[in-house]
Amino acid sequence: MKMSNTRRLERLHERYVNGDLSRRTFLTLTAAAATSAGLSMPWMGRALAAAKEIRFDGWGGTVQEAIDKYAFKPYTAKTGVGVVQGTFGDENEIITKIKTSKPGDFQVVHSSGVNYYIKYVNAGMVSEINEANIPNMANVLQPMIEPFRKLTPKLSAVPYDYGTTGIAYNTTVISPEEAKEKGAGLLADKKYAGKIGGYADMTTRVWYAALDTKQDPNNIKDMDAIWAKVRETRDLAKKFWSSGAELMDLLSKGEIVVTDAWSGRVAALQQQNHPIGYLDPAGSYAWMEDMLILKGSPMAECEELVNFMLDPATAIAVAEGQSYPPSLDPTKVKLTDKIAALPAFDPTGSMKSLTFADPVYWANNEDAWTKQWDRISKGA
Amino acid sequence: MTKGWTLYDSRLAWTLVAPVLLLLVFFLVLPIAVMAVYTFFTFVTAGVEATTLTLANWQEFFTDSYYHGFLFKTLRVGAVTALICGVLGYFPAYFIWATTFKHKWLLLLLLIVPFWISFTIRTFSWIHILGEQGIINVTLLKLGLIHEPLQMLYTEGAVIMGLLHFLLPYMILNVYVSLESIDRTLIAAARSMGCTSAQAFREVTLPLSLPGLGAGLLLCFVLAAGSYVTPQLLGSGRDALFGNLIYDTIMGQLNWPMGATLSIVLFVVLGCFAAVYTRYMGMSQIVKGLSG
Repeated sequence: MKMSNTRRLERLHERYVNGDLSRRTFLTLTAAAATSAGLSMPWMGRALAAAKEIRFDGWGGTVQEAIDKYAFKPYTAKTGVGVVQGTFGDENEIITKIKTSKPGDFQVVHSSGVNYYIKYVNAGMVSEINEANIPNMANVLQPMIEPFRKLTPKLSAVPYDYGTTGIAYNTTVISPEEAKEKGAGLLADKKYAGKIGGYADMTTRVWYAALDTKQDPNNIKDMDAIWAKVRETRDLAKKFWSSGAELMDLLSKGEIVVTDAWSGRVAALQQQNHPIGYLDPAGSYAWMEDMLILKGSPMAECEELVNFMLDPATAIAVAEGQSYPPSLDPTKVKLTDKIAALPAFDPTGSMKSLTFADPVYWANNEDAWTKQWDRISKGA
Repeated sequence: MTKGWTLYDSRLAWTLVAPVLLLLVFFLVLPIAVMAVYTFFTFVTAGVEATTLTLANWQEFFTDSYYHGFLFKTLRVGAVTALICGVLGYFPAYFIWATTFKHKWLLLLLLIVPFWISFTIRTFSWIHILGEQGIINVTLLKLGLIHEPLQMLYTEGAVIMGLLHFLLPYMILNVYVSLESIDRTLIAAARSMGCTSAQAFREVTLPLSLPGLGAGLLLCFVLAAGSYVTPQLLGSGRDALFGNLIYDTIMGQLNWPMGATLSIVLFVVLGCFAAVYTRYMGMSQIVKGLSG
């Protein structure tokens, strides 16, 4: 149970008055407490105080709507702790905001897996989770936890969902057979020049260029070929989208007929009866998302929130709502048929059917490749 | 007179000006100074920089033609936008000034109505006008005038259109204020001395309204050259301006030292341009245009 400094000192005084402590011990402990309070950082008080609100930042759109409806609202009803929400279109955007704010201003982030986890770790923004306070972590897929633990043995984040960035195509223009035959090559198919889209993100662009040039995205040998392919797609593309909402808008309005796309967003379009097909070509880019707790956050409340979110009933409802499979191990927790039908779902729980980015390999190349991608995206 | 104070007491003047000066120092000069210091920091990795001082960022800027190209392009787009604003904005301003319409305030109100709507929403509205499914393409297709939608969105033209939409009211207001300060008896005098309406406009009205036009051009140029949202929403990657480069360097690459360098470059270039412009236009004329 959390105890305030005031209450702690009151107890100390009570024990002294009752004769449980000597005068010397009482004065020593009081002086130590005063020193500790004096030396503590301004944010520590906020972090230690029982929080009435938790700040959460996520990807917005249908994903965050599902989290809000099935996790945050029930959590607030149960605990009385509100969840104040913000959104971002690009995770680097929220990292910049965190960097310019005080620890504790931003608390929980729906982050994009280990690739971004490294950035938070490098920038010294992460907390240390007490896993004992999140018993529902026992149900989380170990293959999803391990990459995080390799980076920091004491975790700051808990995997929450996963998905793929596959190929979405308009079925009134491209048949499933054609999509299957051409795979990643569709993104550089001259036949669809001016009707091609893509995520304005270095990792996705390089990944798909690697697939199209028959290279291993986690061990690229010929970067010149990659950048040439990225330029080729850029010249054929109508627009590189930068948010899930923009992706859905471009696809549903027919502005583009083929793009790499987030599996959950495509599933949402399909549920709205748009004629959109989805294909995960061999080596399709798989990713996971996590709930990251930042330094200076009210840990007890944040851990309680994450534990609540990982409760099977909550996690399943959120997964169905956001159309991304949960991080729950299907061999331990019975998942629904709707989840089993979601794109990218791995019924074995081994995650071996999915190709994730090697965090160390990508982190080593991130700065140089991001810079080069920024230039190419602007016509260089 | 209040005891202890005279009408033009310098102490009173400084006291009145002090709050604004402090605001300027703390929220303009100091942040720019901090940013200038950042340009000498060392980029370590995304989101991390060291305070080890280096000239690497400046060296990169001065030796990399990628940045120079975008800088010239930004100045060109800014100049084109300002000139079109000047041509398009002068006539509405002249009309509002010259009209004998009883409710002139209503016309001025119409000018500022767009400011009541979010700038981002106003910019987004162009997507529904210029897009493939936008009103222009749909109309032209239905009329059978075209068989394929025209590529209007995500072009430099769309960016300039968006900037015009945003900046035109500033130009019109500047010119209008300048026109309002003209003594109308001068025009009457010109007419009484045999000038035609066109001659009176050319010889009297136009020269006297030039300070407002000059101030409007400078304002539109600086705002257009520093814009970021419009190219982001209405342009493709190729239509990015220098502001987008700064955004991507800071927010995408998380490279603050280089982002700070580019920010200072844009600040200095636009500042120099404004200084040279006012030197040759005459600062007093600009101030006159702005103050009426």
